[in-house]
Amino acid sequence: MKALMTTWLTAMLLLLSGLAQANLTIEITRGSDRATPIAVVPFAGGDDFPEDVAQVIHDNLERSGYFAPLPRRQMLDRPSEGDEVRYGNWRSLDVRYLVVGSASREGSGYRLRYELMDISGERRMLGELVTADQNELRGAAHYISDQIFEAITGIRGAFQTRIAYVTAQGVGDNMQFTLYVADADGRNSQQVLSSPEPLLSPAWSPDGRRLAYVSFETERPAIYIQDLASGQRVRATSFEGINGAPAWSPDGRRLAMSLSKDGQPEIYVMDIGSRDFQRITNSSSIDTEPSWSPDGRSLVFTSDRSGGPQLYRHDMASGQQERLTFTGNYNARGRYSPDGEALFLIHRSSNGYQVARQDLDSGRLVTLSDSRWDESPSVAPNGTMVIFATQQGNSGVLGAVTADGRASFRLPSAQGDVREPAWSPFLN
Amino acid sequence: MQLKRGLKPYARTLAVALSLAFVAGCSSSGGTQDGSMDGTRGGAGSGVAGSGVSGSQVGGTGVGTGGAGQQADGRIPQQRTIYFEFDSDRIRSEFESVLASHARYLRENGSARVVLQGHTDERGTREYNMALGERRARSVERFLSVQGVSPSQMEVVSYGEERPAARGQNEEAYAQNRRVVFAY
Repeated sequence: MKALMTTWLTAMLLLLSGLAQANLTIEITRGSDRATPIAVVPFAGGDDFPEDVAQVIHDNLERSGYFAPLPRRQMLDRPSEGDEVRYGNWRSLDVRYLVVGSASREGSGYRLRYELMDISGERRMLGELVTADQNELRGAAHYISDQIFEAITGIRGAFQTRIAYVTAQGVGDNMQFTLYVADADGRNSQQVLSSPEPLLSPAWSPDGRRLAYVSFETERPAIYIQDLASGQRVRATSFEGINGAPAWSPDGRRLAMSLSKDGQPEIYVMDIGSRDFQRITNSSSIDTEPSWSPDGRSLVFTSDRSGGPQLYRHDMASGQQERLTFTGNYNARGRYSPDGEALFLIHRSSNGYQVARQDLDSGRLVTLSDSRWDESPSVAPNGTMVIFATQQGNSGVLGAVTADGRASFRLPSAQGDVREPAWSPFLN
Repeated sequence: MQLKRGLKPYARTLAVALSLAFVAGCSSSGGTQDGSMDGTRGGAGSGVAGSGVSGSQVGGTGVGTGGAGQQADGRIPQQRTIYFEFDSDRIRSEFESVLASHARYLRENGSARVVLQGHTDERGTREYNMALGERRARSVERFLSVQGVSPSQMEVVSYGEERPAARGQNEEAYAQNRRVVFAY
């Protein structure tokens, strides 16, 4: 068992020596005024554990934009089980929900017990016993966060998901690009690939086991598919010209992409098993950035056939294409919401390039972010949040905003520019 | 290896504060120039063709004897980067003599091959910028082809916004990044 100071000193040395991984730290930049007040009481018995489970749950709930967790210093007491809860105390703090729990070691792992209490109803909503292996304490906290989130909002929680992203250091001909996957809160980052040549457009397979991405490691762009567990990979395409923007079909069997081998970038769909190609667009304009609808029946893509980039929808069955965006002169990189009712995209206006949401029924477009240089929006699998790349000062950072635009946070990194975030599907 | 594993809240707050300070201290200030730039820059800020640059003067000192890139001894022309206006793949008139010098070199050296590398500034979406960079390089390829260069001597590769020559969110940096580079 390490002494606290030794652990802290070690951490400082790692930071200063630059050996730290590219873990991303979170800053809340804007909290929602509709957030539900909740309190997560520190779990009894877990003081010397490597993770503060209640803090992880607190941070998850806060970051979702749906909850406003009470700071610990304001807590009047610290119950660890439902029977100990004095509802008046929490009502006086305007808390509507309360999470209490306890933690103990069991063998080489842990045993966690938690309860979710409804303060106004003065009743227990949820209670569970969770066991976790030695390295799974944080994962257990994410699991508990998911249960709490879903019990209150009715929406499936996405705290056990992951993100992929790319970091870049250097400039011009002297750069290093690294592709990482990490937990959705930026922790536990693991390197997938590092290269002196560009890496971009990571895309998760629907089963969460593989990443497709574009790599220039042969000094030409090619699309690769890599199995995350084994590290094995195959090169899916390496045509002349652009090989870009890979997008998995919902059934995981096809990859939409942009290829310029025929003279200008066009959308193709490749059957991964047979390597058959189906050409989707045929125009003298740029057609790129394809993405599938959740039902697999449509592809949204970026095309500048009207003079500037706009989003179009291609119907896979009929082959019909229709323009979707009409607001402003730059709309690109569309991604469907999981319910198929909206697109998240990059919209340019006098305020710069920003993440926006367009309702597909009404055609109404609303800007979500308040930064100016946004790109690469990626939607959480439960549709509640969009992660994207943006600039802070001179650095590339990741930002995130709730799907309704009410709450936002940034994830700065200590290691170079961060870009190209991709949110995994549900993994549990 | 996890950086913050095992830290209690107070120590972690300190570590976070210090790591943020570390990030702030390390943020780069201003753009840096790619050493291979040959002195001529596009009309930074105004986007107007011909602002400050003409065919026969190349901006910096040391380059420009005999006009932009004219090398009587058959070496590869020295000026190897040309610049573009925002959202444009149009060859600007002030760079035509540079292209002509490369065309001459390639015609006279049939075994020489060049990769035309297309680049954009960083604004906008990444894959769309990949396509814009390719458009610029193809524009140069067409110009050279009209000047008699064989297609077998040219290849087009776009880097989109991936390899900026200069960093920064300002017109000066953007102008330096909207370019095609002749890579022999």
